[in-house]
Amino acid sequence: MAEAKTSPRQLTIISGKGGTGKTTLTAAFAQLTENKVMADCDVDAADLHLILEPTIKKSVPFYGGRNPVVDLDACTKCGVCTEVCRFGAIHDGVVDLFACDHCALCAHACPEQVIKMEDAHSGDWFVSETRFGPMVHARLGIAEENSGKLVTMVRKEAMEVAKKGSRSWIIIDGPPGVGCPVTASLAGVDKVLVITEPTLSGIHDMERVLSLATHFNIPAQVCINKFDIHLANTRQIEAYCLEKGIELVGKIPFHRGVIEAMVNGKTVIETDVPEVAPAIHQIWERVMGE
Amino acid sequence: MENTVTITIASGKGGTGKTLVATSLALSLPEGVQFLDCDVEAPNSHIFLNPQWEMEVPTGLVVPRVDESVCTACGECNRVCEFKAIVVIVDKVLVFDELCHGCGACTYICPVDAITEIEKPIGVIRKGSARNGIHFLQGLLNIGEPMATPIIRRLKKEASPVAKITLRDAPPGTSCPVIESVEGSDYTILVTEPTPFGLNDLKLSVGVCRELNVPLGVIINRADVGDAGIHAYCREEGLPILMEIPLIREVAEGYANGVPLIDVLPQYRDRFQELFDKILKEVRHG
Ligand code: SF4
Ligand code: SF4
Repeated sequence: MAEAKTSPRQLTIISGKGGTGKTTLTAAFAQLTENKVMADCDVDAADLHLILEPTIKKSVPFYGGRNPVVDLDACTKCGVCTEVCRFGAIHDGVVDLFACDHCALCAHACPEQVIKMEDAHSGDWFVSETRFGPMVHARLGIAEENSGKLVTMVRKEAMEVAKKGSRSWIIIDGPPGVGCPVTASLAGVDKVLVITEPTLSGIHDMERVLSLATHFNIPAQVCINKFDIHLANTRQIEAYCLEKGIELVGKIPFHRGVIEAMVNGKTVIETDVPEVAPAIHQIWERVMGE
Repeated sequence: MENTVTITIASGKGGTGKTLVATSLALSLPEGVQFLDCDVEAPNSHIFLNPQWEMEVPTGLVVPRVDESVCTACGECNRVCEFKAIVVIVDKVLVFDELCHGCGACTYICPVDAITEIEKPIGVIRKGSARNGIHFLQGLLNIGEPMATPIIRRLKKEASPVAKITLRDAPPGTSCPVIESVEGSDYTILVTEPTPFGLNDLKLSVGVCRELNVPLGVIINRADVGDAGIHAYCREEGLPILMEIPLIREVAEGYANGVPLIDVLPQYRDRFQELFDKILKEVRHG
């Protein structure tokens, strides 16, 4: 593997939704790539740790936003907060934190000035060691927001770790969807690998996530998981990639060994799942080696 | 409300069969179910229910615009914005639409009323009708827009409050878009699979429902592959397992083609009906 030049290169692996084998693929990449840092940016429902079994070295609290805290003894129930809040989150000084957007308008508007905004501990992020090298990951508290901000924190820390250790790659396990956390996991990366499956919904989600990559001008490659469960749909994905000029870097067959590996907390490379392990190896070579 | 019921179908992550369950449940119930696809970042239910679209409502977020001839560059808007979406640099005000939450704090605070608000499009709500008299509503976030929650909020507003049965297909995860989708429902069905991943994600979703005080039950998809972790967990936590769906090749093939489960295995219709009756009983009588 080449020496790290100026800054490490970054690859994000995404799928548009979960359940397409993204974590299986990312874990295999973790094993195959030397001299890298892993970043689990699926902070909302992190799974990678189940296979990589990190030992936490450093844990840092994450403050995503601020919560309004009302001094109810001083509150005169004037109703101004209720009137100004656009999220229907406050009623005479009583805050519904699930509805609250943490915008602080109530605090500014309160004529008695009895609403204070206080930092909310909404999760933690970690720097860990795994059997495949360093990993940065996070846990977002239940029902917390700002996962985009937490993704950015994880990536920033991964970059630090990579630079310190002169590592040449950062491999990012991306979140599902096309919204804020996904955008945060794609910003400024060198390339994105989209893993999809040959189902109509898989194709639909792949198309959306590819348009997001195009929107941000990030070169994208595609691989198809369980390609043999539906050959006609696989051909449709192939045709789509061809038409859009997107490189199809490989196809992974369906094999029950993938689930067994997962249940045992192993990568498919470690358990050497027949056909699957070689297919992923080939994909890895096409993505990482130029 | 007395004669209405809202059930949300959710899962910690995608690909567990959430949409498979939601769409087949909708097709198994009496005609006239209202179906909301709240997975506005990756909506899939339409693929299975194939609605005839009847109308499209653009959905926006209000964002501030500053009248420079009035603005005195006092910096108050900059000070109050929690999201650093409005910034005053020397004598210029810059608004970063993609960071703005549309909260209105800047408009409220501006001492010279230099700020007005415009509606910036961020997605659409689509309405249509599908088989079995289903009223289908879907939210769709525009590509490149970061904020999904306002669309879900709007989707819920567009829904009829008097529909007898409303089903919501929630997005994956545990953060705001999921909260917004689960919030206000009478019951949540969590769909999972019997693997350590499934269990990990199920625990997170259970946490969400408990925080929101919404009763819940579990459906295990691909129940015959993987391990026994989910059963053990549900037993410990006293969570009802509402249904187990084995990995059946025909169902997987149907799924790939956008064919609902109950079209492949019609016997599931009765099972979904029973499941619904059970939920209704629990919702009505606690
Ligand atoms: S912080 Fe904003 S959203 Fe939360 S209660 Fe106050 S005004 Fe409403
Ligand atoms: S509306 Fe709220 S989020 Fe948007 S710029 Fe104004 S203060 Fe900031």
